[in-house]
Amino acid sequence: MRIGRLFRPRARGKLRWGITFLIILGLVATLYDGLQYYNGNRDNWNKGLKARGMGELLPALGWPSWPPRDFALGLDLQGGTHLVYEADMKDVAGGDRDSALEGVRDVIERRVNIFGVSEPVVQTSKTGGAYRVVVELAGVSDPTKTIEQIGERTLLEFKEQNPAALTADRSTELNPEQKKQLADFNTVAKKQADEALTAVRAPGADFNALVAKYSQDDPTKDKGGDLGWITSKSPEGPLIPSVQPLKPGEISPTLFEDERGYQVVKFLEKRDTSDKEIRARHILICYKGVASCTKERSKDEAKALAETLKKTITPENFADLATKNSDDTGSATRGGDLGFFGKGMMVPVFEAAAFALQKGQISDVVESDFGFHIILKTDERPVSEYHVARALIYKKSASDFLPPPEFWKSTGLTGKHLKKAYVTSAQQTGQIQVGLDFNDEGTKLFQEITKRNKGKPLGIFLDGNSIIDTNGDHVIDQRDTYAPNVNDEIIGGSAVISGNMTSQEAKILAQRLNAGALPVPVALVSQNTVGASLGADSLHKSIFAGFIGLLLVALFMILYYRVPGVLAVIALCLYSTLILAIFKLFGVTLTLAGIAGFILSIGIAVDANILIFERMKEELRAGKSLDASIRDGFTRAWTSISDSNVSSLITAFVLYSFSTSLIKGFALTLSVGIVVSMFSAIVVTRQLLRLVAGWRISKNVWLFGGPRQKATPELVQRAPGASSVQ
Amino acid sequence: MIHIVKTRRIWLIISSVFFVAAVIALLSWGLKFGVDFTGGSILEVSYKNSAPTNEVIHEKLAPLNLGEVEARRAGEQNIILRFKNVDQPTHQKILDALKPSGEFTEKSFDSIGPVIGQDLRNKSMWAIIIALVLILAYLSYVFRKVSHTVASWKYGAVAIVGLVHDIVLVAGVFAVLGKFAGVEVTASFIAAFLTVLGFSVHNTIVVFDRSRENLLKRGGNFEDVVEYSVNQTLGRSINTSLTVLLVMTAVYFFGGESIRNFTLVLILGVLFGTYSSIFVASPLLVVWHNVSKRRKTSSK
Repeated sequence: MRIGRLFRPRARGKLRWGITFLIILGLVATLYDGLQYYNGNRDNWNKGLKARGMGELLPALGWPSWPPRDFALGLDLQGGTHLVYEADMKDVAGGDRDSALEGVRDVIERRVNIFGVSEPVVQTSKTGGAYRVVVELAGVSDPTKTIEQIGERTLLEFKEQNPAALTADRSTELNPEQKKQLADFNTVAKKQADEALTAVRAPGADFNALVAKYSQDDPTKDKGGDLGWITSKSPEGPLIPSVQPLKPGEISPTLFEDERGYQVVKFLEKRDTSDKEIRARHILICYKGVASCTKERSKDEAKALAETLKKTITPENFADLATKNSDDTGSATRGGDLGFFGKGMMVPVFEAAAFALQKGQISDVVESDFGFHIILKTDERPVSEYHVARALIYKKSASDFLPPPEFWKSTGLTGKHLKKAYVTSAQQTGQIQVGLDFNDEGTKLFQEITKRNKGKPLGIFLDGNSIIDTNGDHVIDQRDTYAPNVNDEIIGGSAVISGNMTSQEAKILAQRLNAGALPVPVALVSQNTVGASLGADSLHKSIFAGFIGLLLVALFMILYYRVPGVLAVIALCLYSTLILAIFKLFGVTLTLAGIAGFILSIGIAVDANILIFERMKEELRAGKSLDASIRDGFTRAWTSISDSNVSSLITAFVLYSFSTSLIKGFALTLSVGIVVSMFSAIVVTRQLLRLVAGWRISKNVWLFGGPRQKATPELVQRAPGASSVQ
Repeated sequence: MIHIVKTRRIWLIISSVFFVAAVIALLSWGLKFGVDFTGGSILEVSYKNSAPTNEVIHEKLAPLNLGEVEARRAGEQNIILRFKNVDQPTHQKILDALKPSGEFTEKSFDSIGPVIGQDLRNKSMWAIIIALVLILAYLSYVFRKVSHTVASWKYGAVAIVGLVHDIVLVAGVFAVLGKFAGVEVTASFIAAFLTVLGFSVHNTIVVFDRSRENLLKRGGNFEDVVEYSVNQTLGRSINTSLTVLLVMTAVYFFGGESIRNFTLVLILGVLFGTYSSIFVASPLLVVWHNVSKRRKTSSK
């Protein structure tokens, strides 16, 4: 083809452009339909290239991975649940019904989202006097729980602390396989640690190199395990006792073990700081009412006893008297000895008194939260710092295998037990409070819960979220004011939430407690559940059926119409890829009926071709030339094509006004199919026919359904009814 | 040439017989409406091994007070249960009650309240009425051009008669199937039914179009022109229906149980529609023309 032809197209050139356009259209549509295969291949090639050391070649060349896009499948094909709820509006004034329905939808949407359903659909619908919410949950095969929670009037939950979250040892929760994995891992860790210890203690060993080899502690392994200077208050303080017996430069002969793992510890050097720590003995006289005191004496009696002791006490008899009299049972057995302690380790009153003493001096009676103390300072030394290096080999613990436990645990007390919540103020102080009234069952439950949670917080959750996120961290936990602490067992079913809140905050809290309820009751009026297996089965079968249908039509067209038939089949294939691309592009939801509509449209798509070819055949047999027959075939058949398709479109239009998604899907695919089929039958087939008509083989009009010999002119003039067409 | 118009008496008698039979079937048995129209529940379960007998099912479900429970086997492993509309806890109880009867999975469950059923009934009725009105309007538009020999509205009226003939026959077949094979009319039936409405007239339109064209171009004896036109369009009438029938038959046999009845409506509709456009509509047009001509002559 000469360039000039391309830019100043004549009839034939125009045709070539048309055909080129159709080919490109077909390719793009096919590529788009099979996007996942395209991306899959690209990824495979990329992987292959990467394996050959070419790196990320394809992305570097600007060969993109297209954002994947799937066909939108209806619930009947992917499995899922379709629910229709009807809202009971009889107690709502006419004007407020729309907003009440919106409220219902919002609450239901929040509840559905808790279940993590992918792309749930929650829509309102008004038909006649009925106010409904339609919920579609894809992939939910056992909707029992969802349905229960959606329909519940409120989903307000009271939760208590989960003891599992507070205990360290959870190894009992592991399954046998996890237990074995845990044990195996730790055995290996121990072996490695032993190996490391032996290696570093071997004569002439290079400690730094061995730490680099064995240690799993990334920040220190390349610095010879150097931790710098640590004191007993440092995070690594627990290592100090293992290095205290050592000389500088020595390595501890045993492994240090804690929850984290095993450590080989090397003592480098030691120095004193300006801080002091002291050693002291004390006698504690407690009285009834202070924490952990078992004595029955009053505060005055305790004070008197302490004063009496003080009069007779000396550094020499201090230990004896402490053993006999001290209520601090822990130290009493050691003659009241508390060992060495630094600043910040004792209660402030005690610390101040103890640090003020000289060595060997006895204090006056000192009052603290624990009772009355008499203190003898026995020793004093500077606080030491230790320069330590270590190799750390990690162990695993149960929590590496288990998800972190939920902080909160359900109590069974929910919004359905709550009669109402209201703002009130405390009688004596006038403090703003939120009052709660429970029903009979709730009263009983609430009493049990408060009884076992005395002094602990009780979380209040609305649809899985905290009622008020007071500290803005999006988590309700013990730091949130509105996880109120239970003061005491509550009998009678009325409670107040008190705390430092404004009346506005209290109002919102009460509102949320009440509005956790659906604004109006809802009833489930329709439920359709399709199991995932049935959906997948339907999808496969309908695709297979469509393929067979396409094949049958193609066979028929080619056998009956010869060359035009072949062209019609090509057009039909283009039609199918186009339709699928359109479904994908516009996110048309494919239901089973929708696919049936699409398959039906395959049958209809060739309809137009049949009309045209039959007409062409007539014209050919009437003796017209091929070109003229093609032209007249198209123009004359057009009225019939448009007429017949319009009637189908009318019914599809009526069907689409149905709200049932099943029928909607069918109507949509059918009408899209009809419109695109007109394009394919008329534009595509015509271009192809005109292209082929220019070829040499087209001299034989029999291939186009014409007679074997050239038609005789007499046939043109035949009278109606004079001869058969066939 | 095949003499279709000439032998019209045979075809019209055959059609009348079938039509009357269909009407009788509809009046005496009626259609068996599915739960989406009547309200109620349908539960389909698939047993891992062969499904238990209906007696076993009834025995297991008896304590639940479900009223009348209809159990129907579909294949060796599947059982379809029909009962009244139930709430979710009852649904769960039913599944629990069936558990001892063998290992099974729930394939699908529909429970439709009476309100929704009533709603769908109303909507379907309106949809059919609106579709009919629109098609009527469309027909009068298509045949708006005044033509000599036969008034244009007569074409439309005969097309409607053909349409009624088609849908009554389809409905009649489903009345028979409902009575003897338990086939139900569901929402998808209505979809297919409306599609048949569109299809049915479109063949008739093509035949009439050709008759009108030939009348305008050639003139001549009305009966001969119609006969000629029917013959001219015979190939395309049959072929267009054939392609639709081919794809729908594929869906009927390979598309799975869930869509079989839907496809059956379309297949029957296309068959009857094609038949009526060839053997009913055009002959009827000729009959009408002859009757009015005779009247005109006798009144002269």
